[in-house]
Amino acid sequence: MLESSRLPPALKRALAAAAPRAPVVGAVRPLGVEGIDRMLAGGGLGKGRLHEIFARESLDEGSATGFAAMLAHVATREPGDASPILWLREDTAQRRCALHGPGLVDLGMDPARLILGVLPDVRALLRAGVDALRCAGLGVVVMELHGAAPLLDLTASRRIALAAEASGVTPLLLRLGKAQPGPSAAQSRWHVAAALSAALEAGAPGHPALRLSLLRQRGGPAGFDWDVEWDRDAVCFRPALPGARLPLSGGGPVPLEAGAGESGREADAGWRIAV
Amino acid sequence: MPAGASPSDDAAPLAFTVKQQGAYQLHALDDTALAAGLTPGMGLADARARVPALDARPHDAEGERQLLERLADLCDRFSPMVAIDPPEGLILDIDGCTHLFGGEQALTRDAVRLMRTQGLRVRAARAGSPEAALALARYGEGVQDELQAIHALPLLALRRSPDTRLALRRAGFVTIGDLADVPPGPLAARFGAGLVDALDRLLCRSDSRITPRRLPAPIRAERRFAEPVAHVGTVMRVLGELLAQVCAELAERHQGGRRFAARLYRSDGAMRDLAIETGLPVREPAVVLRLFEERVEALADPLDPGFGFDIVRLAVLHAETLGAAQEDLAGSSAPLSADLAALLDRLGVRAGPRRFRRLAPRDTHIPERATHLAPVAAADLPGWDAPPAGESPLRPISLLDPPEKIEVMAQVPDGPPRNFRWRGTLHRVARYEGPERIAPEWWRRLGGYADNPGLTRDYFRVEDEAGHRFWLFRAGLYGRETDAPLWYVHGLFA
Repeated sequence: MLESSRLPPALKRALAAAAPRAPVVGAVRPLGVEGIDRMLAGGGLGKGRLHEIFARESLDEGSATGFAAMLAHVATREPGDASPILWLREDTAQRRCALHGPGLVDLGMDPARLILGVLPDVRALLRAGVDALRCAGLGVVVMELHGAAPLLDLTASRRIALAAEASGVTPLLLRLGKAQPGPSAAQSRWHVAAALSAALEAGAPGHPALRLSLLRQRGGPAGFDWDVEWDRDAVCFRPALPGARLPLSGGGPVPLEAGAGESGREADAGWRIAV
Repeated sequence: MPAGASPSDDAAPLAFTVKQQGAYQLHALDDTALAAGLTPGMGLADARARVPALDARPHDAEGERQLLERLADLCDRFSPMVAIDPPEGLILDIDGCTHLFGGEQALTRDAVRLMRTQGLRVRAARAGSPEAALALARYGEGVQDELQAIHALPLLALRRSPDTRLALRRAGFVTIGDLADVPPGPLAARFGAGLVDALDRLLCRSDSRITPRRLPAPIRAERRFAEPVAHVGTVMRVLGELLAQVCAELAERHQGGRRFAARLYRSDGAMRDLAIETGLPVREPAVVLRLFEERVEALADPLDPGFGFDIVRLAVLHAETLGAAQEDLAGSSAPLSADLAALLDRLGVRAGPRRFRRLAPRDTHIPERATHLAPVAAADLPGWDAPPAGESPLRPISLLDPPEKIEVMAQVPDGPPRNFRWRGTLHRVARYEGPERIAPEWWRRLGGYADNPGLTRDYFRVEDEAGHRFWLFRAGLYGRETDAPLWYVHGLFA
């Protein structure tokens, strides 16, 4: 093996340029829940970083899809930032289960900002994703993959992460179906499951409630669970109410535990709680 | 070419037949069949009686037309103005093209040779008007002088009805030359002005044009090679040079191209078309060339140079005004920024058209029709209404297509669901809201509302005990529209 002092200076410079740099914490967007933001490197969702979202089981696909839409919205919520969101899906996914515009509106996102790309297979999707990430005119690129997706290995995810770092576009990898987390260059990896919502009047299902697990974080702690609720009007998450639990008897509206006021609850006096 | 297919030795005489008033007639014959004394128009039964070994096949008019179209495409290399004269004629307007091939005769020779490589026998003729050229090719006797040759043509060359022909023959006219010096007045009085017209066109006395199959694009460029080029890289470089020419012309016109087409002519007569489309008008050669490279890369069967390409032609099929761009001061009002449009063009060329869409609302209550996938570059799409503040989502984020059938237990047939089984799992309903009643659109029903009202859907937003939120509906009003309403899952909430 060559000693480094014997390397020609040009090669040395090339090696130095190619060496992975220490991760720089760029711009972040706080998610809104203090507990989560404290744990995330930089205090929020890193812009220009790869984030992976896994659905806990197949029934949680709606929640995971919603979480991806929410994160995309959080990452591009700056006033005056109308950068489009590119959502790449496979043909089969779009045929079986279409993204519903009014549903996106109900999560607070303007579907007019969304560009939907329907690609024939995973290879085309990943290729289009990396190409799109080089285009700084975009805000977020969501890549939705179903099943194991063996093509998405460490190399592919590094390629995605590098492209994103250079342009500042935030990639979100949404893994649905029976996806197993593998090695990747992601900044954060989330498990998403549905959680019982705080019922509205007359026992109606309430605001989207999710159970988030931070499985992994590059350069930060991981292994936490949070129950959160999506606040569409403030474009952020908030802690789920502790009252959002089923009574043992089952059926009927859920009674609210007395005095279970969480910090931040008072600020949201405007929204309805079941009695 | 009426005698059709090329003859092969010691094969049975070949004939193509058409059905005429319930009987089969010979339509086209090969040499062997002609030599055996058969003629087109003869009944198949008579022909069989004379030549029992006759190989008769049904005539494929559509196939013949397609062949003619393909041949016309081939002749595109000689002149952009090509017209078809069914069933077997091709007319080329070679005005201004001859110098490229070293004169009229050389061009004719090239064209005949090209047709022979396709296994066809052709007769070619040149004349001052398309009608004269067609008539000479069909009935000409090989006389050198054009006018003499036309004068020697039979009356058939006028393409008039048999009655007219008979009347002319009875009047003593045998050739076109006999008619040439007759004063037009009496001729028109006896046979109609149409005959005089046809005669004038045949004798090149009046101006006559062809209607080309497709109009040559206003902006185009081409490169011919002395030797065929067998390397795709070279072809792409030439394409780049042509693009530079074309884009310079676009810049002069203050235009940008939206649709570009390249046609590569192989020396053996095959052709390959490459077409690209862009979301915004462009005139950057590098951008367009990159799209063409993506196109070539994405081809299902790769570009096969064979013995080499000898002509590369590029045309701008559709151009739009593209002035010097001025950014809007208050922020761009265009649906797409330039770099995003370039990205989508690139991705679109690779993945295929209509792969990238925008979501636009459609004014309907039927959920599966509420989202319309519009082209990305579409301007002035209707906007989405903002949801009322403080409400929880009323519509799911993903919509199952088609809705999936579920077994539902409800306390009363028209009541809310208590539990349901979907994909083999039992879900107990913890919270629900509904019904939200959505009636079918009667104006989309066959026969209107009265006869076929369709099924009203009652939608329920439902959350099970684990927190999964579903959008269920019951198809049909119990007791009024159906006695056993079916239930479906239509969507998943976040």
